[in-house]
Amino acid sequence: MDYSQFLFMPQEIGLLFVFLLVFIYDTFMPARMGKHLPMFATILTALYTVYAFFPCPDSWGMAFGGMFESNPATWVMKNILNVGVVIVMLQSIKWTNDDFVSVRRGEFYELILLTLFGMFLMISARHFLLFVIGLETASLPIAALAAFEKRYYESHEAAAKYVFTAVFSSAIFMLGISFVYGMSGSLYFQEIGSQIVGVKSPLLILAVAFVIAGVGYKLSLVPFHQWTADVYQGAPTAVTSYLSVISKGAAAFAFMVILVQVFGAVYSQVWQWMLYAIIILTITIGNLFAMRQRNLKRFLAYSSISQAGYIMLGVIAASQVGMTSMIYYVLVYIFSNLAAFGVIAVIERATGRVTMDDYNGLFKTNPWLAFTMMLAMFSLGGIPPFAGFFSKFFIFVGACHTGSVAIYVLVFIALVNTIISLYYYLLVVKAMFIRQDECVIPYIDSHWTEEIALTVCVMGIIAVGVASGIYTFLNQVTETITPMFNMVG
Amino acid sequence: MNLTLLMYLVPSLVMFGCGVYGFLTRKNMIAIMISLELMLNSVDINFVVFNRYLFPGQMDGMFFTLFAIAIAAAETALALAIIINVFRVARKVDINELTKLKF
Repeated sequence: MDYSQFLFMPQEIGLLFVFLLVFIYDTFMPARMGKHLPMFATILTALYTVYAFFPCPDSWGMAFGGMFESNPATWVMKNILNVGVVIVMLQSIKWTNDDFVSVRRGEFYELILLTLFGMFLMISARHFLLFVIGLETASLPIAALAAFEKRYYESHEAAAKYVFTAVFSSAIFMLGISFVYGMSGSLYFQEIGSQIVGVKSPLLILAVAFVIAGVGYKLSLVPFHQWTADVYQGAPTAVTSYLSVISKGAAAFAFMVILVQVFGAVYSQVWQWMLYAIIILTITIGNLFAMRQRNLKRFLAYSSISQAGYIMLGVIAASQVGMTSMIYYVLVYIFSNLAAFGVIAVIERATGRVTMDDYNGLFKTNPWLAFTMMLAMFSLGGIPPFAGFFSKFFIFVGACHTGSVAIYVLVFIALVNTIISLYYYLLVVKAMFIRQDECVIPYIDSHWTEEIALTVCVMGIIAVGVASGIYTFLNQVTETITPMFNMVG
Repeated sequence: MNLTLLMYLVPSLVMFGCGVYGFLTRKNMIAIMISLELMLNSVDINFVVFNRYLFPGQMDGMFFTLFAIAIAAAETALALAIIINVFRVARKVDINELTKLKF
């Protein structure tokens, strides 16, 4: 075996190294050092994130007989996820040192790093076996993380619901792959892609539907979204924020690679229309259900469902521009959603209150938290000049690049939904700034790590929108993988 | 009697359908786990049969099956652990009674 192939996966190896260090620290350090573990893991991950920004020379290419691909696009996607994970870790330092969870705090960081490793495999996999392993590594430990707050019944209920849907979805996904295998005799993305050119069989349609359903569960697209709100509400807030951004971003990228590279030949015949219906349903139903939520975690769950619909607009474009806009959208979405969840986590940790009415008059007592939340809501709703506006703009442009009338209609529906979504995002802002209440949340002295995390998010929300160089850079990066889209037809 | 491809595929699909039916209708969480196992195992049968009948020269399907079995085992272990946790906290294994989280 040629061991130099491992040079193609510098990010994975670095991450594994971080994981091992955290694991060794957790296992062998004396108990009194345990309270430094969250800081240790976070700093290590932050250093690793900086390291991962510098690609090794000549590290692009295929490894392990074509099972694993490393190219500039996967490199950028992994870096974006790294940044998100560092923010999640920063937000959870204070929480993991709480008395009730501090016994298991090592496991929190280990499982997060391990799931991130699985997501990296998903992003880089060019073979279905590796992809399935990555998918399971990325989704199963999250069930354990959801059950992290042992003293709360809700946490266990969320974990049970998550694990059942995760296994159900992966069974459906694997059934789809088995059909693909039966048709093409291969599990390599590219070989399958070239085998199914011109094939018109019901089996293929079934396979595509099963694959979309399987990954759709992970992305919580409607009609595979029922688990989302329950799991988001029941799981600890740090886990919810991890689940809603990192896991979703990785799944969206991998989804696009599968659809384009494996099923690209039947784009206009088969999956464009499936995705078309799914996008309309996802955006609309996510929005409509978000309106009537009072619990903010549930509210953000439905909002993230509808955001997933917008991310899928980049996938349905099935072009290089679509991919650029999708990566950009995920980047912005990470900052805005983590800001919102960060504020919720701070307030929940200090007071245990999560409903929208609890936020009445928050601006009077906690102006900075209210300000951060407002920016997050503006960005999620897409109000200029914040990053959310530009990400929505680019994703609409990317979808319109296909040039078909049907897609224009789709973009129009998405646009109308954006306006509807402003209503419920502004409800939160209204509660914080305008409405009054007798029992306002008192001033919260947030931990400095949480402040850093929120500051990074706010800077991201403002800077990513203003700095146009980021989109140009992403565009240059995805231009290197344009050959992937030649199959689409 | 010669066994054809279809004679494996049909039972495997029926098995998958039984799994889906059980997943949707069963109340007991352990029974739901069993239904999920049925679904995963029918996928394994599919892979092995496709490999054996259509592409006898290669081993991709067999390998996938081996990995899928390992993954299924991990999933079962995790799900059982969570079910035990739920039972400890709530004294229930009935999925219909897990209704605290809803709108």
